[in-house]
Amino acid sequence: MAFKKRNETFDRATLIKRGLAAGAAVALAGVAPGLARATSKDATINLVAYSTPKPVIAKIISDFQATPQGHGISFTQSYGASGSQAKAVAAGQPADIVFLSTGDDVNTLVDAGLVNSNWDKQGYSGIAADTVVVFALRDGNPKKIKGWDDLIKPGIQVVTPNPFSSGSAKWNILAAYLAQRHLGKTEAQAQSYVQKLFANVVAQDTSGSNATNTFLSGKGDVLITYESEAINARLKGQNIQYIIPRQTMLIELPIAVLQGSPNRDAANQFIQFLKSASEQGVFAQYGFRPVNKVAAAAAAKQFPVRPGQYTINDKLVGGWRAADKKWFDLNNGIMTRIEHTVGGPTAG
Amino acid sequence: MSRSRIGLRLAALGYLSLILLGPLAMLFYRAFAHGVSGAWTALNDKDTIHAFKVTLEAACIAVPLNTLFGILCGLAIVRGNFRGKGLINAFVDLPLALSPVVVGVSLFLLYGRTGWFGHWLIGNNVQVLFALPSIVLATIFVSLPFVAREVVPTLREIGQEQEQAAYTLGASGWQTFWRITLPSIRWAVIYGVVLTTARCLGEYGAVAVVSGSIQGKTETATLRVQEEYENLNYAGAYGISLALALIAVLVLVAMTFLKPHEKAA
Amino acid sequence: MAFLSVIVGLPIAALIAASTHTGTSGGFWHVVSSTEATTALKLTLGVAALVALTNAVTGTLIAWVLVRDDFRGKAIVNGVIDLPFALPTIVAGLVVLALYGPRSPIGVNIAFTRTAIFGVLLFVTVPFVVRTVQPVLHELDTEMEEAARSLGANGFTVFRRIVLPNILPGILSGVTMAFARAIGEIGAIVIISGNLPYKTEVASVFIFLRIQSGD
Repeated sequence: MAFKKRNETFDRATLIKRGLAAGAAVALAGVAPGLARATSKDATINLVAYSTPKPVIAKIISDFQATPQGHGISFTQSYGASGSQAKAVAAGQPADIVFLSTGDDVNTLVDAGLVNSNWDKQGYSGIAADTVVVFALRDGNPKKIKGWDDLIKPGIQVVTPNPFSSGSAKWNILAAYLAQRHLGKTEAQAQSYVQKLFANVVAQDTSGSNATNTFLSGKGDVLITYESEAINARLKGQNIQYIIPRQTMLIELPIAVLQGSPNRDAANQFIQFLKSASEQGVFAQYGFRPVNKVAAAAAAKQFPVRPGQYTINDKLVGGWRAADKKWFDLNNGIMTRIEHTVGGPTAG
Repeated sequence: MSRSRIGLRLAALGYLSLILLGPLAMLFYRAFAHGVSGAWTALNDKDTIHAFKVTLEAACIAVPLNTLFGILCGLAIVRGNFRGKGLINAFVDLPLALSPVVVGVSLFLLYGRTGWFGHWLIGNNVQVLFALPSIVLATIFVSLPFVAREVVPTLREIGQEQEQAAYTLGASGWQTFWRITLPSIRWAVIYGVVLTTARCLGEYGAVAVVSGSIQGKTETATLRVQEEYENLNYAGAYGISLALALIAVLVLVAMTFLKPHEKAA
Repeated sequence: MAFLSVIVGLPIAALIAASTHTGTSGGFWHVVSSTEATTALKLTLGVAALVALTNAVTGTLIAWVLVRDDFRGKAIVNGVIDLPFALPTIVAGLVVLALYGPRSPIGVNIAFTRTAIFGVLLFVTVPFVVRTVQPVLHELDTEMEEAARSLGANGFTVFRRIVLPNILPGILSGVTMAFARAIGEIGAIVIISGNLPYKTEVASVFIFLRIQSGD
C-alpha cells in the first residue's frame, strides 16, 4: 500500500542518516578526549597500587613533594585489588610505579615485559614494607581462638578471601601450610589441614578489603587478614580485636618501576625516598612493619615478633613461581582440588 | 469498587515498603546516623567532585544518543518491515543480558594493549581504556536498550490510525512524526530517559574494569562509593549513593514538566 | 546501523573470538560443563525466572495503582521507583543487607542465603515492569472498559479480558528486562551472598572470577 511504503522509506532513510550521524558523534566523543589527554607533558608519576594503602601512600607522596627532588612532580594514584591492577597495567593502564600485595602480581608484569626481572634485586629485595598474617576476632573472643588448631574446630566460622582473586588469601593459605609443616607435620597432614580449614570457611570475598567488610558486618568468628588491615580498621574507628598466631607469615609488599616509564629517574627517587628511615617511620604509624632497620628498631614495641615468622622464600615454599604452580594453578593446583572438595570457588 | 481499590493500593504500597522503601530508608539512616559530617566530607572531597563530573559527562553523552537511538529503533521494530528486524531486536536487548563486567572485558579485548585496535591506538597516542572514552563507551552500551524497550509496547498499543489520518490530510513524514507520533509516545520516552539516566548514574561493573580507577581522573561516582566502602568510610559511601539517587529523582522531576496535557475525560 | 555496530557489535564479536580461542586446557566447554558452572547456571536461571515472574505481578499492580489511583504522596512514590537503578549495585546489596542482615535493626537475618539474593534482585528490578506498563496504561482508552462494565462485567473480568491483553506487550517487555538484569547482576550479589559456590554462587560471579584469572 502506498502508505506503508512511505512510512517504511521514511524510517529507513532517516534511520540510516541518523545512524551514521550518531555513529560519527560517538566516534568523536570517544576519540577526542583521548587525544586531548595524550598530549600533556607534565612530569607526572602514575602510581598503581593494591586496594588498601591509600592513607599511607598519600602521606608519603605529599612528604616527597615537599623535598627538593620531589618538588613540582605530580602523582596520579589508582587503588584496586592487586591481581586486577596487575592485569590492568598489563593491558595498558598508564603506570610508572606499581605497589602490589604479592610478588606474584609483579611477576605478571615481568611476564608481560613491563617490569625488569631483576626487580627483586633492588633495595630490600624490592619490598616497600612488611606486615604479618593475623586473626581478627570478635569482642572478647567468645570462641577462645588462640592458634591455627582452633580454626579447624567444628562450628568455627572462618572468613578469608578467594585465593584466585585476592593476594591476601594466598598469603593466608601459605601461612597456614607453613605453620603446620614447621610444627612437624608431614606434607600430607599439612595439606589436609588446609582442607579442613576451608571446610570451615563461610565466605570468600573477591578481595581482602571486602573480606574485612564482611567480617565487620557480622559474618564469621574469625577473619584471617593482614596486620596492617586490622590496624587500619582500628585507626578508622572500627572496634576490631586481633591476635598474631605464634606461627605466622611475613607478608612482603613489593614495589617496582616499569621499565618503559618516561619518568624513571623520578620514580626511582620516589622509591628510594619511601625506603628511607623517616618515611618507613610513616609506614609504621599506619600499621605497616618497616623494612628499613633503623625504623624497624624504633617501631619494635608496636610490632611483636613471633617465634615462627616464615617468608615466601622458605625452602618449603620456594618463592612465588613455585607456590603459584603448586597451590594456585587453575587446573592442577592444590587449592583447586581443595575448593572442589569443600564446594568453594575454583576460579579467581 | 472502593474496597478493591484500597486493597490494591495497600498491596502495592506494602510490597514497595518491604522491598524498596525500607532499604532506601536504611540508606538515609546509614548516611547520616553519625551526623552529617561523614557524608559531607566525602561529598566535598575534590576527587569525589571530579568523579561526579565524570559520571555526569558520561550520562550527558549517553542519554541523548540512546534516546535518539531508542525512538528510531522502536519505530523500526514496530512499524518497519525489513530483513534483519529480528536481529536488531535481539541486539538491542543484549546489553541487558550481559553482566557489566563482561562488557568491560570486551572493551579490553578491543582497545587493550593486545587488543584488536590496541596497537593502532597506542601507536597514535590515543588513550581509550583507562580514560574517559572507554567510560563513555561502556556507559552507552549498558544503557542502550531502555528507551527502545519503553517505546515499543506503547507504539504497539496506539496503532497507526492517527498517523494514517495525518498522511491522508497531506502531512509530511517529519510533521507527522513531530506532531502525532512523538506526543503519543511521550510518557514512554520520559520513563525511558529516566531509566536510561538512572542506569548511567548507577553503572559500576563495566566502568570498574575499563577505567583504571585513577583518583581524580577516571573515577566515576560509583567507583568512589566502592572506594569509600573499602576504606571503611561508610557514611561517605552512603552519602555519595544518596547524592546519586537524588540526581535520578531530579531528572524525573524535570522530565515530568514535559508531560503532555491530560487527556480530556 | 553504524551506531549499533560500533557500540554493541564490536565488543560482542571480540568476546566471541576470545571465548573460542582455547586458552587453558579444555577451554570453553571445560568451564561450561563443570559441575560448579552448571550449578551456578541453574541457580541463576531459577532465581532470575522467579524474580521476573514476581515482577510481572507486582510491577503491573504498582503501575495500575500509580496510573489509575490517586492518593496523597503518590508523586513521591512514583519518584522513588527508579532509585534502585541509580544506585551502584554494591549499595543495593549493602542496604538490603543492612536492613535484613546480621546487624538488622528489625531483627530479621537472612543474609548469605538464597533468600537474600532474591531480595536484592527484587530491589534492583522494581522499575522495569512498572515503567513499561505505565505508558501503555496512560494511552489506554477507557471506553472499552466502561462498556464492559455497563454490560455487567465485574472488575476482575474487565481487567483480565480487556486491559490485560492490551498491556501484555508492556508486561513482557518489562519482564524480559527484569529477567536479563537479574541474570547479569553481579555487584550486589557478591557482597551479600559471601560467594560460596554450590550454595549461593551465581553465574555472573563465576564468569567474573574466571575472567579475572585469565580464562
